[in-house]
Amino acid sequence: MRYSGFKVLWEGLTGNRGWQPVWREPEPKSSYDIIIVGGGGHGLSTAYYLAREFGLTNIAVLEKGWLGSGNVGRNTTIIRSNYMLPGNEPFYELSMKLWEDLEQDFNYNAMVSQRGIINLYHSDPQRDAFARRGNAMIMAGADAVLLDRAGLEKQCPFLDFDNARFPIKGGLWQPRGGTVRHDAVAWGYARGADIRGVDIIQNCEVTGFLIEDGVCSGVETTRGTIEAKKTAVCVAGSSGRVMAKAGMRLPIESHVLQAFVSEGLKPVIPGVITFGAGHFYVSQSDKGGLVFGGDIDGYNTYAQRGNLPVVEDVCEGGMAIMPMIGRARLLRAWGGVMDMSMDGSPFIDRTHIAGLYFNGGWCYGGFKATPASGFCYAHLLAKDEPHPTATEYRLDRFISGGMIDEKGVGAQPNLH
Amino acid sequence: MRIPCPLCGARPLEEFVYRGDATVTRPEEGAPMEEWVSYVYLRNNPKGAHREHWRHVAGCGSWLIVDRNTLTHEITRVAEVRPSGDAR
Repeated sequence: MRYSGFKVLWEGLTGNRGWQPVWREPEPKSSYDIIIVGGGGHGLSTAYYLAREFGLTNIAVLEKGWLGSGNVGRNTTIIRSNYMLPGNEPFYELSMKLWEDLEQDFNYNAMVSQRGIINLYHSDPQRDAFARRGNAMIMAGADAVLLDRAGLEKQCPFLDFDNARFPIKGGLWQPRGGTVRHDAVAWGYARGADIRGVDIIQNCEVTGFLIEDGVCSGVETTRGTIEAKKTAVCVAGSSGRVMAKAGMRLPIESHVLQAFVSEGLKPVIPGVITFGAGHFYVSQSDKGGLVFGGDIDGYNTYAQRGNLPVVEDVCEGGMAIMPMIGRARLLRAWGGVMDMSMDGSPFIDRTHIAGLYFNGGWCYGGFKATPASGFCYAHLLAKDEPHPTATEYRLDRFISGGMIDEKGVGAQPNLH
Repeated sequence: MRIPCPLCGARPLEEFVYRGDATVTRPEEGAPMEEWVSYVYLRNNPKGAHREHWRHVAGCGSWLIVDRNTLTHEITRVAEVRPSGDAR
C-alpha cells in the first residue's frame, strides 16, 4: 500500500475501510543473516537501510515490548546538526540530510518540520565560541547563521533580552534544524523495512547470546533460540544490561532525562530555542503544547521518572529567557533512560566477539541521530567496515585516546 | 529523593552531588593500561542495587557511600567514606 493524497481522499469518501496494518506480525524463523536486538528508532532504521541501501532482507528485528516503546517515543523530537568536533559534525550533518529526504524516501508522513534552532548566547566570549562552532558546522556542509540582538529580536521578540543576570546578546541559528513527529519515525522505518521483507518481532526479549570460542552465532529469546550470522545490539538505555549477557562492561552509565509538555497554546515559539547560560530547550508542538527539557537528573537510574530539583531547575531556565511562559500550566512530565557515555559521544562498532556488533551510548541526543545511526550501522553490518562519517565511534577509543568530548568535561557522564 | 546523611540527617537531593560507582578501585601504580581504562571508564551499570559515591556539598561536606536501588530509588544504607566518629 502506497500513501498518497489521492489515497487519503478516496478512503475518506469510502468510509476508511481500505487501510491495512502497517507491518506484519510474523513468527520468528530459526535463523537469519542478521538479527537486530531492539525495535526502537535506531534498530528499525538500521533494518530499513540494510534492506533499502544494501539489499539485505533476511533480517529480524527483535523487540522486548512493542515497537517504539522506548526512547523514540519519549524524547523532545528535536533535530539539529550543530556539533563542533570532526568525529561528530559530519555524522550529524549526514543525519540532517537523511531527515530532509526521509518522508519521500519511506513514503510516510513523519512531519519533518525545519523550523530552525537557535542557541542563545549571553556574553562576548560565548558569541566568539558560537562563531567558531558555526564555522565548524559550515565546514562540514551544515548551515549556521550568527544572529546579533537585532536579528534575534526579529524572530523572537518575546525573549527577556535585558535580563539582569543573563542578558541575551544574540544566538547561533541553524535554519535547517527543527522537529519531527517522533512516533511516526519508528512507524515509517518499520513499515519500510517490513515491505522489503524484514521480520519485525515484538514481545520477544533477548535473554542471552549464543557465544562459543569468541564467536556469536545468535540469541536466546523468550520465543526460542534464533541463530544469526551477525547479531546487532541497538538497545540504548539498556545497553549495559544487554551487553552484560555477553560478558561485556561498557563505558556507559544509565541516567534519566526528564521532559515536559505544557497545555496547548496558540502559536508563540517559532522554532527550537535553547538557553546558553543554563540548560533549557523548548519548542512548540503542532498541537500547541510547549515541549521542553533541561539537564539529566545526574545519578545512575533505570526509573523512567525523575526527581523534583531538576523540574525546578528546568522551569527556572525557561523563566530566565522567556517569562511569558510563567502562566502556562504543565500538562505532562516524563523521563527516559539514557545511555550516558564517558565522553558524551556514541558507539557504532564491532565488539571483541566475532559476529556481535554494538550501537549505543547516544546520551540525550539519540533522536536526531536516528537516520544516520541506522545508515552507518547498516553500512558496518553489510560491509564490515565503518561508514566514513562514523569511523570515530569506536568502543576502544578510551584506551587509544580518541575520545570525542564535545564539552571537555572528562569521564563524568552526568556532566556531559 | 532524600538522602539520610549520617551527620546531618535526611536532607533533600539538591544538597548533594553525585560522583558515581563506588565499587571500582584505583589500580596499583604501574598496573597495565587495561586496568586503568577499566577503572576510569568501564562500569557495571546495574539495574537494581548500586553502591555509589555522593558528597553532601551544601551540608557537612562529607563524602558518602550510598547503597541505592537504581530502579526504585530506595536507599538502604548510607555511610561516611572515612568514618569521623561523629555519625548519629
